[in-house]
Amino acid sequence: MSTAYEIVTDTTLTYHQQFINLAKLGENTDTTLPYNPEFLKAKEAGMICDLFEGALPFRPRYILPDYSILMKNGSKFLQLDPPKDIWEATSALMIMYRHVPSVSSFPVFLGNLDELLDPFIVDEQEATKAIGLFLLHIDRVLCDSFVHADIGPKDTKAGRIILKETLRLQTAVPNMTVRYDSELTSDEFGALCAEVMLSTAKPSFANHKMFSAEFGEKNYGLASCYNGLRLAGGGYTLPRLRLANIAKEATSIDHFKNVLLPKYVDLMTEFMDLRIRFMVEDSAFFKSNFLVKEGFIKQENFVGMFGLVGLAECVNTLMGIEDKKKGYGNNKNADDLGEEIIAHLDHLVSLHKAPYSENSADRYWLHAQVGIERDGLDSSPGARIPIGSEPEIHKQIAHSGRFHKYFPTGIGDIFRFEETWKNTPESLLDIIKGAMNAGMRYFSAYCENNDVVRVTGYLVKRSELEKLDRKEAVLNGATVLGQGSRDMAHALDRKVTK
Amino acid sequence: MLFAPVNRIIPFSNVDGPGNRMAIFLQSCPFQCWYCHNPETINMCIHCGICVPGCPSKALAMTHGKVHWDESLCEQCDSCIKICPHLASPKILTMSSDEVIDKLSEVSSFVRGITVSGGECMMHPEFLEELFGKVKALNMTSLIDSNGFVRFEDYPRLMDVCDGVMLDVKATDPKFHQQLAKHDNASVMDNLRYLLSVNKLTEVRIVCLPRFDEQNRKTIEDVVSIVKDQARIKLIRYRPYGVRKEGLDILGSASLDEELFLEYRRYAQSLGAGEVVSV
Repeated sequence: MSTAYEIVTDTTLTYHQQFINLAKLGENTDTTLPYNPEFLKAKEAGMICDLFEGALPFRPRYILPDYSILMKNGSKFLQLDPPKDIWEATSALMIMYRHVPSVSSFPVFLGNLDELLDPFIVDEQEATKAIGLFLLHIDRVLCDSFVHADIGPKDTKAGRIILKETLRLQTAVPNMTVRYDSELTSDEFGALCAEVMLSTAKPSFANHKMFSAEFGEKNYGLASCYNGLRLAGGGYTLPRLRLANIAKEATSIDHFKNVLLPKYVDLMTEFMDLRIRFMVEDSAFFKSNFLVKEGFIKQENFVGMFGLVGLAECVNTLMGIEDKKKGYGNNKNADDLGEEIIAHLDHLVSLHKAPYSENSADRYWLHAQVGIERDGLDSSPGARIPIGSEPEIHKQIAHSGRFHKYFPTGIGDIFRFEETWKNTPESLLDIIKGAMNAGMRYFSAYCENNDVVRVTGYLVKRSELEKLDRKEAVLNGATVLGQGSRDMAHALDRKVTK
Repeated sequence: MLFAPVNRIIPFSNVDGPGNRMAIFLQSCPFQCWYCHNPETINMCIHCGICVPGCPSKALAMTHGKVHWDESLCEQCDSCIKICPHLASPKILTMSSDEVIDKLSEVSSFVRGITVSGGECMMHPEFLEELFGKVKALNMTSLIDSNGFVRFEDYPRLMDVCDGVMLDVKATDPKFHQQLAKHDNASVMDNLRYLLSVNKLTEVRIVCLPRFDEQNRKTIEDVVSIVKDQARIKLIRYRPYGVRKEGLDILGSASLDEELFLEYRRYAQSLGAGEVVSV
């Protein structure tokens, strides 16, 4: 962590980025929470990572307000009446976004934008202007790649305008998901989403059937990278097991599964319990924040996210496989062991009674964390196949289908396509339909020469990466993360489907 | 069970008919077009063995007078194809229709069906008939990508199980076609009319060439006058990639001028064509 002096003299940071970093520095001087020394040791040794959430959790990591309440009732605290037209609706949302906290201090969930705005579409030309300005405002003011908006599953006028303006603006923010179900989403709308995704790396496709079965059809949203969370709720906290490092400590597969995993699951769940109890019982957030008071969120809709990274390297280490191209993702025995580990981990986590998780079956839910830039090449995101070792796309999808069911709070894979696919979005939609049927939860794609590209779960602009390479400050706080992942984890070099 | 020589299978193809399809390339072609992008599909291997010593991954071996290819060792560097003087490839698998169906079943939830191309896949019409019958039983579609050398009307049972043909019309001027493809185009023109009459013409493909403006225009005019707006016309811009020396000498090593290519597209539309796509 940088010192205050380093932060305020760093010319690659904007004022706002300095401000957030200084706040984190301040938070981390607090020693209130009695973290278990064993946990701190495991963190130091690289077995568990707390993703720099800060020492004293003063708000949940991810918050998904139910913005339909704003549309219906306005907000007393924000002194807003229910909006009556498209200008008032977009303005009310922009005002509210400023007041939705998160781990990054930017709102990680902007709502199901098409559902929220469609009732206000009267004149399409006027609505296009309003939505265009709204999206521009989001990119320039909420300048963080983890700001995420949803559309779909139904084909709406508002949805089409959002896509059209997304294509025109070519921005990295907001990240975007279409909740897709081939029975609810028209082929035309699906193909339009695929077309925009090939050119701007968004929207990604979420398996609406799968999420609906777990959360209820109208009760979930996609936030931050690809995090499936309950609407009017969210995710309390997200630490992660670093499976690749834990495997190095193992003397055998049995030792890994039956000694090490239970030990680290216990340390991590205890850590999560401690943070969640503090958030709910002591911090001001759930007592006084207007989001709670006005019903935009309910505490019982929050869940703790149990993260993991580096399954591929974990499996390869346990099986003594050195050539990644012959290991996890390309080797049935390795894939079988991978699934066995995840199923076992899911079982161990389910045995722990999670506090304040009333609507989540009183347990923590698994999350395949996308990795951070300093993970480098030693630890692939979540349960993904290492970049550079991807098999043919249909095999990669079938592989994803085996693992995605275990991760309701988020997992996904990214595919890079050659430019010609821009001419045939309906062909990409065929692949996406097959992927959803194969049990894939979340599908992202982009074309190789785009300015906007998906790094691990979030978007950056290549043009901003270049500015940062020249040591110039850039608006988007996540560009520096993309720079690290590009350089240390080769995140932009994934296999191209021709 | 019938067999055919398979040059390669592309599990996902977005350029071989509507939607995402599995594309199968069969070996051997009676034409030898100037601009052929994959000349290694033209002839069958004669087992001369010239390619064997140059294989860097030792995937080729001469056994009992035949070149043997070990797919598991092959790194697809294509050294063998580059050195082959016979416009052939040692990397051909003889596959049964069931083996092709097995490949299809791996990707069946992602594709609408198959497209068989080549080479010239109509050199193996009985194989296609058997294969397409099995594809139909899976509720999927089968398309043929053909140069029109073989007469489709001679294979009515194949036509019953084939969902459509994408037909190359390389030139409508018989003499020019003879020069360009080393074969005349009488059967191609008959096929164009026949496929249209039985409603199996999915697409007509015309490659637009540099240095032959008059021929390009004539082919477009003649095709549109026959097809009118009843089938999609795909104009393909000449690109030099993969083209052998003979072709480069005649057509040059630059792609067709983009402005001229767009002009052809407008020309086709002005003549009353229906859907015109240009790639």
